[in-house]
Amino acid sequence: MSLELSKFSVISHQGHTIFTPVDLVIAKGEVACVMGPSGVGKSTLLNAIGGHLGSDFRVAGKLVLNAQEVTHMRVAERHIGILFQDPLLFPHLTVGDNLAFGLKAKVGDAKQRRILVEQALDQAQLTDFYHRHPQTLSGGQQSRVALMRALLAQPQALLLDEPFSKLDLDLRHTMREFLFDQARLRLIPVLLATHEPADAHAANGPLVILKPGSSHAL
Amino acid sequence: MLTSHWPKLLMLIALGMSILLPVVVGLGEALRAAFGILPALGRHSFSVDAWQQLWQLPGLISSLRLTLFSGFAATIMALALAIFGSSWVYNISPKLFFLDKLKPLMQFIMVPVLAAPHAAIAIGLAFLIAPSGWLARWLSPWLTNWTLPPDWATVQDLWGLSLTLGLVIKELPFLWLVCLVALKQINVSKQMSLAQSMGYSHSLAWRKIIIPQLYPLIRLPVMVVLVYALSTVDMAQILGPNNPPTLALVALRLYTDANVQMLLPASAAAISLAMLMVMSILLWEMSVRGLMLVNKVSIRSGERASKWTLLGTILTTALPISFLLGLLSLLVLAIWSITWRWSFPEAWPTSWSFDYWLQLLTEWPLALKHSLITALMSSGLALMLTVIWLEVQDRFGGHVYRATLWLIYLPLLVPQIAFLYGLKVSFLRLGLSGGIGTVIWAHLLFVFPYVMLSLVDSWRALDQRYLSVAASLGSSSWTCLWRIKLRLLLRPLLIAWAIGMAVSISQYLPTLLIGAGRVESLTTEAVSLASGADRRLVGVYGLLQALVPLLAYSFALLLPRWFALKHMK
Repeated sequence: MSLELSKFSVISHQGHTIFTPVDLVIAKGEVACVMGPSGVGKSTLLNAIGGHLGSDFRVAGKLVLNAQEVTHMRVAERHIGILFQDPLLFPHLTVGDNLAFGLKAKVGDAKQRRILVEQALDQAQLTDFYHRHPQTLSGGQQSRVALMRALLAQPQALLLDEPFSKLDLDLRHTMREFLFDQARLRLIPVLLATHEPADAHAANGPLVILKPGSSHAL
Repeated sequence: MLTSHWPKLLMLIALGMSILLPVVVGLGEALRAAFGILPALGRHSFSVDAWQQLWQLPGLISSLRLTLFSGFAATIMALALAIFGSSWVYNISPKLFFLDKLKPLMQFIMVPVLAAPHAAIAIGLAFLIAPSGWLARWLSPWLTNWTLPPDWATVQDLWGLSLTLGLVIKELPFLWLVCLVALKQINVSKQMSLAQSMGYSHSLAWRKIIIPQLYPLIRLPVMVVLVYALSTVDMAQILGPNNPPTLALVALRLYTDANVQMLLPASAAAISLAMLMVMSILLWEMSVRGLMLVNKVSIRSGERASKWTLLGTILTTALPISFLLGLLSLLVLAIWSITWRWSFPEAWPTSWSFDYWLQLLTEWPLALKHSLITALMSSGLALMLTVIWLEVQDRFGGHVYRATLWLIYLPLLVPQIAFLYGLKVSFLRLGLSGGIGTVIWAHLLFVFPYVMLSLVDSWRALDQRYLSVAASLGSSSWTCLWRIKLRLLLRPLLIAWAIGMAVSISQYLPTLLIGAGRVESLTTEAVSLASGADRRLVGVYGLLQALVPLLAYSFALLLPRWFALKHMK
């Protein structure tokens, strides 16, 4: 499994290239980092890979996931998970139901599914949190639930858009380790957008420094 | 600290006296009369005769069935279309024919139907779909071979289908706007992205994630629509079947019967409607709970594949049609108002005339004056009260009594006919009767909740730091209110006022009952003319009814822009 970007870039509807084209290969279980000043388009790059761009933008170049081109595929068919700055747990569902929402449909009957959700909670050190409401969790706990929810959907790649930036220093360190461990364990290629050199250092994978695009390319 | 509760408590008591009291007294009078006690008629002893009289009315069961069918069908359809329309605004549902080109202008083209009174839409729709209506004229004789209008009941049909259609058309823009405002409180785009990244389709993510978060935010307006749809009198009079009519109309006819003894069964009908409303609200809420539960179970199953494509097709077709019918209803009113001759199969009038408009402008009929005075006074007062209420809460602690919100909306959650007649009786007893002052006050009961509803969110969303800055610069709280809050909130204040104007203009029963038939307004004139023969005159009144609120909205939308332009120079 791997995620490959070749000459990958995003073009606005006025024809501006948002950032200079990116070439990148992320192997399975590897964590790549994309860095650059704020506003350079790190989130745009991640949204383009995940397929979340609005109709004002189009994508140039090629995106290949596990030897299959997915550049223009619909979001729901790409199997690329994403985590934003905020955990965005659905407020109308309990922690357990949030995880169940992520869990693949084809997996098991109701009982087995419940067990899988409980297991995910155990892994996130949130045993007995099944019936809690997301609003009652701390920031770090919410982030872990969000990660487990994304992983239960069995993504073939994972995008992280500064997911630690709202956590304090200690928590950021443990969360990072937890996340990288999970990715390596499940052999998922991960792309992390960050402006913290420490994140890139800990990731110990390929590094892309994003540069602003020429304003009237093409 | 205890003293800071006094102003709020005083406000609460004032609200209770001015809102809760009239509703309770009105309902109480109706309840007493329903059980045989009406001193004005010399009835002093308890009896259930009124109920027996009511149940013996021919067609009462049909009335009940008709009321429930049109009320529920209209609310369900309008809500489904509004939620579907909102998903379309967020680029989630597929294309909607001609509406796609209009998407950026959506909030403007919703305004005419939103602002138009119910009666105006009802009359316009009748002019559109009647056997001799505009649609039939378009299709005749080349397609239908009709040279005379067919003998069909497309309006006032026995099933109440045209009434249901009218209600859907009128309530759709209101619920749609309510949905769009509520959705701003939910992080729609990110949550949709997340759900899709986990393999959910657009429509399924919308249904499983967004709708359950949206509904609690729009519960109150949906209730208001349900209550209105079940108890409307003016729309039922124009579009609903005559015999038997809806329950609210049964009550009104009994109340206005030449035989005053009919006041007793009329009160029983009014109380029945109030009870029907309580049961309907319970049924509705239980059904919603049930659906939410089904949704939760389906979330646990993790099912990703989208089903219900048939429903999608229906909504995709119905939404543009309802929207178009609303606009066409207003257009056909405008055309009739300047028509001189328009014989049946012609698609357009053969000769035109502005005579009715000229006559109107030279005479300034009482109906127009009354409507304008009532609307200006009640919306102005409502705006003042709303500002006072919100400011009192700001100054004396931010804690809102949740009950007060329900108190303010109470007049919208009780059928008008159930308490307005009783209220009139109480007024008579106090020697207050039939003046424009009491009509204004009765309008205020319905205008105030809408003004509050539309202003409260913007008021609370105002960045408190502006006020802190002003206070730290030494401004008093009055200066803050006058020079900061009211200036920054100019646009929402004006829109709230315009909504108040629209609500007041559209009131039918409060004018009719509290005005004791002596205060005619554009709406009472339009409704009573609607059954008559002269479509040109009805067109003038119907359109005028729609124009006054539309002018108020335009003023509210344009004035802040004009200010902004002036400051840029």
